[in-house]
Amino acid sequence: MGKNLVTIVTASVAKYRKNKALLLDIIRDVQSELGCVSDEAIVQIAKSLGISRVDVEGVVTFYHFFSKNPVGKYSVYLNNSVTAQMNGRAAVAKAFSNAAGCAFGKTTGDGVIGLFDTSCIGMNDQEPAAIINGVVFTKLTADRAKTIVADMKAGRAVQDMVQEYGDGANQSALIKAMVSNNIQRRGPVLFAPFEAGSAIKAAVEKKPEDVIEEIKISNLRGRGGAGFPTGMKWDFCRKAEGKKHYVVCNADEGEPGTFKDRVILTEIPQMLFEGMAVGGYAVGAEEGILYLRAEYMYLKKYLEDVLEKMRKNKILGKNIAGKKGFNFDIRIQMGAGAYVCGEESALIESAEGKRGEPRNRPPFPVQSGYLGYPTTVNNVETFCAASRIMREGGKWFKAMGTAQSAGTKLLSVSGDCKKPGIYEIEFGTTVQTLLEMVEGRTAKAIQIGGPSGTCVGKNDFGKRICYDDLATGGSMIVIGPDRDVLEIVKNFMEFFVEESCGWCVPCRAGNQILLNKLEKIMEGHGAESDLADLESWCKIVKSMSRCGLGQTSPNPIATTLKNFRDVYEAKIRKGVDFVPQFNLASAVEESCKAAGRKPNLHGEH
Amino acid sequence: MKEIKFTIDGKECKGKNGQTIVEAAKDNGVYIPTLCHFEGLKPAGTCRICTVKVGGRNMAACTTPITEGMMVENNILELEDMRKAIIEMLFVEGNHMCPTCEKSGNCELQALAYRYGMMAPRFPYMWPIRQVDATIPKIYLDRNRCVQCLRCVRGITTKDGRHIFGLINRGGKTMIHVDDELAADITERQAAKAMEMCPVGAILKKEVGFVVPIGKRKFDTKPIGSEIQK
Repeated sequence: MGKNLVTIVTASVAKYRKNKALLLDIIRDVQSELGCVSDEAIVQIAKSLGISRVDVEGVVTFYHFFSKNPVGKYSVYLNNSVTAQMNGRAAVAKAFSNAAGCAFGKTTGDGVIGLFDTSCIGMNDQEPAAIINGVVFTKLTADRAKTIVADMKAGRAVQDMVQEYGDGANQSALIKAMVSNNIQRRGPVLFAPFEAGSAIKAAVEKKPEDVIEEIKISNLRGRGGAGFPTGMKWDFCRKAEGKKHYVVCNADEGEPGTFKDRVILTEIPQMLFEGMAVGGYAVGAEEGILYLRAEYMYLKKYLEDVLEKMRKNKILGKNIAGKKGFNFDIRIQMGAGAYVCGEESALIESAEGKRGEPRNRPPFPVQSGYLGYPTTVNNVETFCAASRIMREGGKWFKAMGTAQSAGTKLLSVSGDCKKPGIYEIEFGTTVQTLLEMVEGRTAKAIQIGGPSGTCVGKNDFGKRICYDDLATGGSMIVIGPDRDVLEIVKNFMEFFVEESCGWCVPCRAGNQILLNKLEKIMEGHGAESDLADLESWCKIVKSMSRCGLGQTSPNPIATTLKNFRDVYEAKIRKGVDFVPQFNLASAVEESCKAAGRKPNLHGEH
Repeated sequence: MKEIKFTIDGKECKGKNGQTIVEAAKDNGVYIPTLCHFEGLKPAGTCRICTVKVGGRNMAACTTPITEGMMVENNILELEDMRKAIIEMLFVEGNHMCPTCEKSGNCELQALAYRYGMMAPRFPYMWPIRQVDATIPKIYLDRNRCVQCLRCVRGITTKDGRHIFGLINRGGKTMIHVDDELAADITERQAAKAMEMCPVGAILKKEVGFVVPIGKRKFDTKPIGSEIQK
């Protein structure tokens, strides 16, 4: 084992040319060869790269899909998003657990099967879903879980367990996944026909400054949710001094309930890559990086193939689209399971092979980004929109949507509706209209923009989906009349506690404090003062946290306290100032039994 | 070097180009509370206690450079309460037993709690189980007291720049850890420096204790910040 480990690590480090910036890839290779990244492996990696062991261990222990302990020959990562729970995840988890004979978070004694919870894997419209050794399984049932476990015990190859393939490119030889696209509504920006090469050809006919001007005219804003004007970002990046510039595509959609980028990557990757090339031309970059979330590993080969074809067609590479001196190419950087890496500076840190901790700003990534060079980080959908704008013009784009929110938005709809899936809608569409479209008319609430967004009730269904009213990165979770709102809030807060990077105090400690308080109320130990505490503590975490994660993580509590206060009121004890966190009688029960006396709860002597 | 004019709570201040708000404030006799900040180290912005308002937005004063005409709001009631809340979060997040801690009186967390008049934290104690590392030859690493300011990570490295201390895990499980091979080789000076840098009693030098008696320690008679505040 010892020598084997050294050989494997040395080979992996050599494969990535001893490049520290590729530490995530090195660790992934080691993990897949050895089943885990043990202390011994960490020592060896550190030695081979000439860096500190604690830096390697820091990376290994930061990412969900890396592990110091063996995760099993078959590692089952079962999504625990709220939509998975709505669709019967509990029964599926139980079936996995019973059939495998091991609890979640553990590996079977023989080391064959490991069962793990995992944050949203981008399959919310086909839950419950799991990833087993990189292969996606959707619409799981208890019976299906049992047969999968039987297959694993029999030693079958995971890919052979996939019984049928999804629609569209999911069937292609390089994907072969049971994932469905569920494209329910096609709009003019993303899903209108797109001729390969047309966007980049149109771009290189202009000067780079004019490409930026066209994007500015279009009023395109970042599709990840924050809504920063894309033209302005590219302009800052172009003007920032640096020997090189970089274009990075954020394909780390981790907001629970979003899966729109997965469909773009599956069906229109060329449009995305051309958008990156357009961005490269505009800001003066020759290198682009697609940062792809680990959950979408199953798309990697397919995407590599798309890139290769683009190189052959001279849409990537040297002197592309017939423009002398314009060189641009794209590489794929895999993530390793961390929601916070969707934050652009954390994503850059991760792409540099480090822990995915957001950076302090200034400097902003457009000034000092990947490896310190000026970098523009844009969302998958944003690059696609840029491609379309090159073809149709900024004015055409701006004519759609609202004054502040031009164009269309791709929504990922899941939850209690008859037609979950992908919808390309014009900005300004009301929630009510959307609910009719998706056949979720009975909804009592809708979670807009995922856990970090807003939970709105019926009174607000007339509001419009756009940056200046209800902003969203795309996640839309429909909540039916029978759902327990507090259970949903709890699921979201558990998610943030799990995904906080731990760097700053308010996010690291504050989210746990908020979750504890929520549980106190849910367990029937709440008083009026607890609701006031929750409100004021949400404000503290939001105001003092360093990055967007902590600045939005109290939203599940804050927005439901505002819009669904009655569900909290129903749980607390009215007219009581204070209720302790625990039940004193039951807390001392065991010790009283041992001592053979009755609990003395009222200080009687 | 270019001089920059800015204000803190209306007070006219002058600073140097490239200075952060915390540094420039100090030069102008204005105290902005800090914990993770340490002069000479690259700012980390982990504790957020130095949060001020600039143009209505909350910014960490230790990581934000001053700019011409900047208007900083520091002494605001709402902000002061949130700073106090962060101190309280640190007290409930770890296990801080001041009476038995060698750092008492020299501890910046304790001093901040006094300055902010913290009686009992508003948040319930979490009583986490945290590991003490006594295997390092020259120092103890007591994670019960650690506030994860990253001063040791930033300040104590090998000659070739390798980290001796680092963070492992994430979220609430995040903790300071060492490269045991490199930590075994730290010098007496480095060990003393690590203890001095640590704002709390998480890093202590072995084989010495209570050299300066209680009563003659840094914050025993004057609150933290009084050396800056004019």
